[in-house]
Order: sequence, then C-alpha cells, then structure tokens
Amino acid sequence: MSAVVVEHDHHADDHHDHGPAKGLLRWIITTNHKDIGTLYLLFALAMFFVGGSMAMVIRAELFEPGLQFVDPAFFNSMTTMHALVMVFGAVMPAFVGLANWQIPLMIGAADMALPRMNNMSFWMLVAGVLLLASTLFMEGGAPNGGWTLYPPLVLQPITVGKALPFAVFSVHLLGISSIMGAINIIATIFNMRAPAMKLMDMPLFVWTWLITAFLLIAVMPVFAGAVTMLLTDKFFHTSFFNAAGGGDPVLYEHIFWFFGHPEVYIMILPTFGVASTIIPVFARKPLFGYASMVWATASIAFLSFIVWAHHMFTVGMPIAGELYFMYATMLIAVPTGVKVFNWTATMWKGAMTFETPMLFSIAFVVLFTMGGFTGLMMAIAPADFQYHDTYFIVAHFHYTLVPASVFILMAAGYFWLPKWTGHMYNEKIGQLHFWLSTISVNILFFPQHFLGLAGMPRRIPDYAVQFADWNMISSIGGFIFGASQLLFLYIVIDTIKGGTGEKVSDEVWEEASKHSLEWTLPSPVPYHTWTTPPAIVPTEHVLDSH
Amino acid sequence: MSEDVSKKNVKLARILLLVALGMFGFGYALVPLYDVLCEWKWLERDRPDAIKKAPEIGYTVDLNREVTVEFMTTLNESTPMVFRTEKKQLKVHPGEYYTVNFYAENKTDKAMVARAIASFSPAVISRYFEKIECFCFSEQTFKAKEAKTMPMRFVINPEIPEEYKTITLSYTFFDNTEKSVKN
Repeated sequence: MSAVVVEHDHHADDHHDHGPAKGLLRWIITTNHKDIGTLYLLFALAMFFVGGSMAMVIRAELFEPGLQFVDPAFFNSMTTMHALVMVFGAVMPAFVGLANWQIPLMIGAADMALPRMNNMSFWMLVAGVLLLASTLFMEGGAPNGGWTLYPPLVLQPITVGKALPFAVFSVHLLGISSIMGAINIIATIFNMRAPAMKLMDMPLFVWTWLITAFLLIAVMPVFAGAVTMLLTDKFFHTSFFNAAGGGDPVLYEHIFWFFGHPEVYIMILPTFGVASTIIPVFARKPLFGYASMVWATASIAFLSFIVWAHHMFTVGMPIAGELYFMYATMLIAVPTGVKVFNWTATMWKGAMTFETPMLFSIAFVVLFTMGGFTGLMMAIAPADFQYHDTYFIVAHFHYTLVPASVFILMAAGYFWLPKWTGHMYNEKIGQLHFWLSTISVNILFFPQHFLGLAGMPRRIPDYAVQFADWNMISSIGGFIFGASQLLFLYIVIDTIKGGTGEKVSDEVWEEASKHSLEWTLPSPVPYHTWTTPPAIVPTEHVLDSH
Repeated sequence: MSEDVSKKNVKLARILLLVALGMFGFGYALVPLYDVLCEWKWLERDRPDAIKKAPEIGYTVDLNREVTVEFMTTLNESTPMVFRTEKKQLKVHPGEYYTVNFYAENKTDKAMVARAIASFSPAVISRYFEKIECFCFSEQTFKAKEAKTMPMRFVINPEIPEEYKTITLSYTFFDNTEKSVKN
C-alpha cells in the first residue's frame, strides 16, 4: 500500500499570479519566502557536502594509527571547521530554509513578515560562511582549537595565525543573520497567521520554530559577546580570559556554554517539529498529545538555559554546583521522554506505511533516543569524568545530530519536495538511500562509544594501537555514509527536474490535507499563495487536545 | 500585507532587536556576575587576585604528618625568560613555615614587565596553602638582562584534610610588557 496519491489533471491554469522575475538576478534580489527558502536549503545542502568532505579527511586520517595524509595542525583545523560548517552552515540554515518555505504555507500567510530583511539574512549567512572558509587559505591555517574556540588555545599566536579575527567576524555575521531570521519568524507567526488559526491550532513545526526563534534571540548575542571578548583580549589588551591580567579562561567556558547548550536545542527543536509533522501523516492518526508536545518543547527550551555547566564538569566546580547541574540536566529527560512517548503513541495501532520520509522519521525516533540515553550517562557528574573529551561524547552528539537532525532534514526533503516541485521523487532510490544511511551511520558512530569508554581522546590525529580496529570500522562506516549522501543529491536534482514523471496530487500524501494547510494548495505550490488567508484551518493534528 | 500588519511587524521587530541587544550586554554582564558567583562559592576559580597574602601566625606544627609539595615553573608562550626553582619538591609538616627560592632572568636587552600566575593541583588545596611572601602577588619589573632571586614563604594550614599527601604548585610567567594590566 502506498500513501502517494497520483492525480492526472492539471493545475497549471488554475491561477493567474505573476511568476518570479526572469534571470539570475531573481535569486539575488528576491523577497519571496519560497525563493529564499530554496536558497537556504540549497546553500545548506552544499555546506553539508563541504562539511562532509572535512569529515572524510578526518576519518581517512583516523583509518589507521600513525600520521598518513595530513599534518596534525590541519587535522585540528578539519575537526574545528567541520563542526563550524555543519552547525552554522548546514543544519541551522537548512532549518531556516524549511521555516521560510513552510511557516507561511502552514499558517496561511502570504509571505514572511519582513521580506527584505529575509533576503538580507540569507546573504549575510553566505558572507559569514565565506569569511570562515577563507581562513582555510590563510597563513597559519584555519582555526584549529575546536569549534568552541576556547582560550588560551585560540589566543596563542602559534596555533592560529591570522584566522582568529576572520573567524570572529564570521561568527558576528552568522549571528546577525540568525537573529534577523529569528525576528522575522516570530513576527510572521504572531502577526501573519490566518485569523482562523489560534496559537494552539498551529502545526508543531511552527510551534517548535517559534520557541527556537526565541532561543536564537536570547543566546546568539551572548556568543557574539564572547567572541568579541576573545578579539579584544587578543588585539586590544583586555584581560577577560588572560590569566596574566587577572582574567580566567574558565569564564569563557561558562559564557560559551550559556550560548552553547541552548544552541544544541536550536538544532534539535525544529527536528522535533518536523518529526511531529511527518509521523502522523504516515500513521494516519492525529498526533498523540499535541498540547503536551507544545509544553514539552517549551520546557526543554527553558531548561536549556540552566544546565550549561554539564559541558564542563571537570573544570573544578564546588560539589554543590556539580550536583545542581547534574540533576537539572537529568530533568531534561522528562520532557524529551514525553516527546518520544508521544511519537510512539502516534504510531501505535496506526495504519502505517513506510515511504522514505516515514522511514527516516522512525529511524530518528530510535536513534535519537539512543543519543539521548548516552546524554543521560554523561549527565552523571562523577561518571562524566571518564567520558569527558573522549570519543564517547563524539558518539553522543553525533547520534543526536546526524541520525536525528540530519535524518529529519532528509525526511523533510522527501516529504515536501513533491509539494514544492510538483514532481514525485524516485521511491526506490529514496529507500536505498535510507537503508544505506541508517546502516552506515551506525557503523560509523556506534564503535565510537567503545573507543570513548576505552579512553580514546577526541581531536587527535594519531592514537594508540589498541584503538585501531574500531577506528577502521568507524572510518569504513563513514565512507559508506558519505558516499550514500550522493544519492540524496541525485534525488534532489532529479526531483526538481521532473522526478518519476508522475504528476503529484495537491495532497501528495493520502489525507495529508487533514493535517496541515499546505496540502490544500495546488502542486507545485504557486509562486504566490494565501493572498487571502484560508477561512478554515485543519485541526486533525490537534484533535487530541480539543 | 495591510498597512496595519506592516506597522505591527516593524514594532515587534524593533522590540525583539532590543532584546537581542540586551542579550549582547548580558554576555558582558556575565563577567562581573562570574566574580560574584565565585565569591559565593557557587563556582570555583583559580585566579591571581584570589590569592591573598596571609599574616604569619604560630600554628601548632603537626610533626606526625608529612605533605609533599611539588613546584613547577612554566613560561607562557615564548616569554623570553629563564625561570626555575631551587627545589623541585619539598616534604613539609603542616603548620611549619618554609621558604623556597625561585630564580628568574630577563633574557632580552629591554626592560620587561612580567607576572607569575599560580595554580594548584588539586584546586581545593588553595584554601589551605597560605603564602606570607610571594613574587606572584604583583607584577615584577626586570631591567635588561636582569636576574632575580625571589623567595616564596608559605605554610600549610594544619586543618588540611588527611587525604592530601602530595600537592603541586605551578607558576607560569607571563610577559605583560605590552599589556595594560588593570590589577
């Protein structure tokens, strides 16, 4: 049984909107939310491959002990740049792209609230990432002290040549870009909703993004402040983190993680939103516990502000501090558990079908839960002293980011591409992509748990021989995973160009229009939509709470 | 978009922008906040201004216990100095006063302002390690090629818990000639 509804009539003449401007300039000056969404998504996809190539360098070097391909400083640049590119260039922009496409469609708005600012935030993102990438070609190389940019590492002239100011200004640009994006999203959700849609009618994707946008506004400026302090310490003789002048490098860790912990939820909350959107459609049931999902998201966001020091248990805190951060961190498992329970309950006794978006979503629920469990292990302060800065933490956060955020981004691509383009993707290749990705991602990251427990430190280009076997297996998994993503690239291009040739229906997925507004629009979605807001909004997804 | 909604959007965007600017300020406010939290012992730190000069008082010397004190000397980055200690380690009785000499030399032809920063391992030991005299309390000025012998007089408070048998005291010299130091 398939959920795909294929229809053969044409919508091409149904509407008389003027289309996009012609030529390349359209993409530079566009203020259309769909165009900007597309730009964000394509840019994120490109950065996913750039960051992925850096990961391939890392895995190639770690394939066996000893130094093979790159020198240690470059290796450290690769781990640093891989993280920065993936976080700020791939995952965050991809979710902003989804927000741009989907939020106006889902809430019945004609466009984003501030379309010009929307254009500007995209191009500032590009400028920021280019500035960051330029450091790769500088004397002394790209930043190599880790994506956290800890002092004194990044302040030492030997380790970072000319790269630091470029990295700092890049962070400023990326920060301004995300803050503008966040302001736009909040204004759109609050002011542009169809009058019929109350806050508690909004699809969860919209809810999670609303909360994420507030997180962004709250913490991106703090990060901008922290890197500004680094800059003045380095060039203007301040002593925020310089011990000789009475500063303290540990202070930087506190400020960084005050930003850093909410930042990881900035990457995972929209993930939750997309999963909560896809699973009900393929389970053919309303989402279980809509209201509890909203509250769980809000509680996770709140808790994210008061747990930061669990990233730095080993820094030497009083026992009361260790205990507080330990228990507060464990508390996050409660709302997260509510979410996992709700997704499972949504699937329970549902008439499920397993198209590619659903497969990725189910894999997300299972594998994200595993990443969550290792997070709980590390929340135990005394145990964390063993796990700290080993491959165990690498395995943990990659489980919460790759088979979670990245998988859900893939799922979102498969789920909405037919709607956006009007073409169906090739389901067979999609499923092949899914199985290759899921199997290889576990070959890639699962052995890293063993390596970490055995004591292999992170961010090293060479290692003791007892770690050789699992590293080789992990690298093989990495290469398969990397290569499999080329299938996704193929599918995206193929679908844009016409896909299977089938004309998809407005709903695309069986009865999807019961869940959310975008499926009531024609496929492909016209250039201008909801110029008059919809009179009624679907409430299937909130059925449980009404 | 109607004019009304447009106005609402701009107004909301302004408010949110102010919030963002406020959070930028909050990042800076975390610096003094950190000092306060450290003072309240919510967080811990190892900072030079936390090391206070203690008066010499007559403790009862605990001859039954012996604690090994190790001394480490480090130069930050490429500070052009020679810096060493006369003793790498010392076995001491809690409550008894000792003096250890450190030797530092400016290798350059120019005057130099340098400062030594102390650090303890384990960190909690700092509250039992009392210094009566130390070159680390303030900045040291070295003339060109000048060499100095600098004494450090200390006592270990007899209240030190039994489990601490070895403590390490590390000094790092920073070249502060170019930095304007506020302390």
